[in-house]
Amino acid sequence: MTAFLIILVIILFGVAVWQIGKIFQLSKPISNQNSQIANDQDNNKQGYLMLGLLAFIYILMALCFWLWGDVLLPVAASEHGLQVDNLMLISMVLIFIVGILTQWLLLYFSFKYRGEKGKRALFYADNDKLEFIWTIIPVIVLAGLIIYGLFTWSDIMNVDPDEDPIVVELYAKQFSWTARYAGVDNALGKANVRLIEGANQLGVDESDPYAQDDIIVNELHLPVGQKVLFKIRSQDVLHSAYMPHFRAQMNCVPGMVTQFAFTPNMTTQDMRQEKDIKEKVKHINELRALKSKELVAKGEEPLEEYEFDYLLLCNKICGSSHYNMQMKIVVESEEDFNAWIAQQPTFSKMIKQ
Amino acid sequence: MSATAQPLAVDHQGDHGHHHKETFVTKYIFSQDHKMISKQYLITGLFMGFIGIAMSLLFRLQLAWPDHKFTAYEIFLGKWGQDGVMDPNVYLALVTIHGTIMVFFVLTAGLSGTFSNLLIPLQIGARDMASGFLNMLSYWMFFLSSVVMVISLFVEAGPANAGWTIYPPLSALPQSITGSGAGMTLWLVSMALFIASSLLGSLNYIVTVLNLRTKGMSMTRLPLTVWSFLLTAIIGVVSFPVLLSAALMLIMDRSFGTSFFLSDIYIAGEVLHNQGGSPILFEHLFWFLGHPEVYIVILPAMGLVSEIMATNARKPIFGYRAMITSMLAIAFLSTIVWGHHMFVSGMNPFLGSVFTFTTLLIAIPSAVKAFNWITTLWKGNLQMNPAMLFSIGFVSTFISGGLTGIILGDSALDINVHDTYFVVAHFHLVMGISALFGLFAGIYHWFPKMFQGRMLNKNLGFIHFWITIIGAYGVFFPMHFIGMAGLPRRYYTNTNFPYFDDLTDINVVITIFAFIASVGQLFFLYNFFYSIFYGKKGPKNPWKSTTLEWTAEVKHIHGNWDGPIPHVYRGAYDYSKLNKDESDYVIPNQDYAPQNVPIQENEEETEH
Repeated sequence: MTAFLIILVIILFGVAVWQIGKIFQLSKPISNQNSQIANDQDNNKQGYLMLGLLAFIYILMALCFWLWGDVLLPVAASEHGLQVDNLMLISMVLIFIVGILTQWLLLYFSFKYRGEKGKRALFYADNDKLEFIWTIIPVIVLAGLIIYGLFTWSDIMNVDPDEDPIVVELYAKQFSWTARYAGVDNALGKANVRLIEGANQLGVDESDPYAQDDIIVNELHLPVGQKVLFKIRSQDVLHSAYMPHFRAQMNCVPGMVTQFAFTPNMTTQDMRQEKDIKEKVKHINELRALKSKELVAKGEEPLEEYEFDYLLLCNKICGSSHYNMQMKIVVESEEDFNAWIAQQPTFSKMIKQ
Repeated sequence: MSATAQPLAVDHQGDHGHHHKETFVTKYIFSQDHKMISKQYLITGLFMGFIGIAMSLLFRLQLAWPDHKFTAYEIFLGKWGQDGVMDPNVYLALVTIHGTIMVFFVLTAGLSGTFSNLLIPLQIGARDMASGFLNMLSYWMFFLSSVVMVISLFVEAGPANAGWTIYPPLSALPQSITGSGAGMTLWLVSMALFIASSLLGSLNYIVTVLNLRTKGMSMTRLPLTVWSFLLTAIIGVVSFPVLLSAALMLIMDRSFGTSFFLSDIYIAGEVLHNQGGSPILFEHLFWFLGHPEVYIVILPAMGLVSEIMATNARKPIFGYRAMITSMLAIAFLSTIVWGHHMFVSGMNPFLGSVFTFTTLLIAIPSAVKAFNWITTLWKGNLQMNPAMLFSIGFVSTFISGGLTGIILGDSALDINVHDTYFVVAHFHLVMGISALFGLFAGIYHWFPKMFQGRMLNKNLGFIHFWITIIGAYGVFFPMHFIGMAGLPRRYYTNTNFPYFDDLTDINVVITIFAFIASVGQLFFLYNFFYSIFYGKKGPKNPWKSTTLEWTAEVKHIHGNWDGPIPHVYRGAYDYSKLNKDESDYVIPNQDYAPQNVPIQENEEETEH
């Protein structure tokens, strides 16, 4: 793959150099004219090159999809994510159609109407009808997109308390994540950074009765098919809780609690069986195997085999280790989740230790 | 309004007989002549652009080959590149300063500063700006601000590295990141100077356009360039002061213990006293400028491109009034869409809905403009000068980059692509590359006006264009895929954990294209500096253009026109206009009718 890419780049570069050479060559015989204003030869040549640019854009698009279609995010692992993906698909198809057409018009016209001495351009200053058409079409299309988008957005952002979501706090600091489950009462204890002391790293209020059954962990587990309401805090600077596979993101703002809710609909195991993910993991492991070989040759430990896991990433610049601020997310069946959470110590137990 | 211009102009004319004694200092350094100031802006902007692009090459190297050691780091980054390994902090500094320099110093000052200064007086028929002194002050404040920004690169703990958006608390607390000490202080000082410079300039542009138009130059006869500079200046006056207020509050939070943006913070083992502030307030203030800023960058480019396209297509710009209306719409909407940078900031989701609505509205005037440019080409007689190529390139990248704005402006879709490389790809195409193309188009077109008739070499121009556009698409089209894969921006490396390992190929390709594109810029730099001194002299009106600047003297004189100021009798786009019986052009054998030529006998008067 890499070899192919390198060859491709070399070929493209070669073409560029060749074109440059040609331009130089073509420019020589006419240089006795001594003019820096484009003449018919220039117009002709540049006109054809505009067609070349059109071809380049189309080929680049096709190549990118062909080569890198597999790096894109897999199917959404949350209920609202499917809606988002649908809207994304519609928007993408639309912009690709518009893009392909308008680039064609622009660059084909650049070729077709390339200048020629003695040719007469059409004096065409205005046409209200035409302008009305290309004002009203975007208006209609955008109105559709806006309405669809707004419905999706308010669906995602408005959390219905009747749904009784599991409440989980995501706590961000430079450069790690912590999660706090609300426990049996499904209500988080009060917390403030001013209460941070010793083992109480999140500043949870020890006297708050709601806090006693809270569970603080470093790995996020979620039961499949249940709505989760994330209450998000930060203790130092802005962070952003980004869970790309769930199409979820919300900033973590010191001084306030932000929120985001979604329902995961695919367990980690199921996602590992997805065709896209299987291919992606296979590809990554091939790359890692190559690297391992190098490492072994140097006398170092080889890399472990990679296995897919959902990730919570930091997506707001937050300091020198921003690139490495992440947490594993495990989505599992309700039984597995209950078994796991039963093993975790509650806040009151943790503090007593 | 233009009535007030007359006495002034007459005044100047009388003044013209005795030449001011010009010393080296008053002519080249503290010049009050708009033509010299525009060149000063341009050359300062190009210098800053060189730094900005060089920085991007350094971080592109890091992104493509994160495990590789480069001596280039040791050479350019010193203690932050020891043993050829780039320090993560300096990586962030490079992206921060790259963004700051390119947005403000190159595309704002370099583009609007250069061409507003050069073209406003020349195209409206004025002897100079309304206030030459303020104009000079504006440039020198910009210069000072550039100097402070460059000095900030050399402070002990490193330059500002909290991202060009400098969101607090990261930018407010030196404990949180290395660059938030002296580096950030200098950054803020530099920006404060920059804002002052921009305001002085903008007020001057507005007053000049409104008051100093020559006789007959009504607002609807103005070239679109002047319209775009006027609107740019107005947006600047409306929004830049808000950034200044944000910067001042940030300075107070940093140095005087206030809590505008800080609350409930525990950092480096202690609780800070700050309470009650909100970082989201800063985001609102920042983007209230930050978003109009992208239109401050792109509107002048649009104006230049419209003008160059009409001239080289030998056709009037299609829908002159629609072009003005769409610019007005864009300028107005630009001030009420800032929230689309903040969909997931934690602000009320209802606000998100409002901003989605206003943001997607901007697509309408943008679409109108794109279609009007395309129609301007239709049935033209396209003269493929380098400026024309860059103009066509501008429309191409503006469309490609603009379309992805429909994804990002939709709050529901933005959730998952927010702050990923998808955003980076989008704004580089739509405002970075497009505005740069506008800048280059302007330079190729008006170089003869700036440097007394000398012209840039066209073949080097062609090479420059082709390398740049191929490089630009090669860099930014694949970058969308990295974003759609979910990779956050501003990551020092994406191979620290395995999930994004398969993106390395794409990063390598992008970096190679980035280097190719940068090498292309060397052709331009050589062409530019060589042609200043040795460029071939062309005719007085090399592109056969209708606008007034080409009637001014080729040799730069104080006051622009040796004789009286020309009067204007027609719109700016009478290209290929035929006479009544359609037997020939309005002026026989000449396919353009300059603005200062009265309506001919056998001609129908057209209002565009």
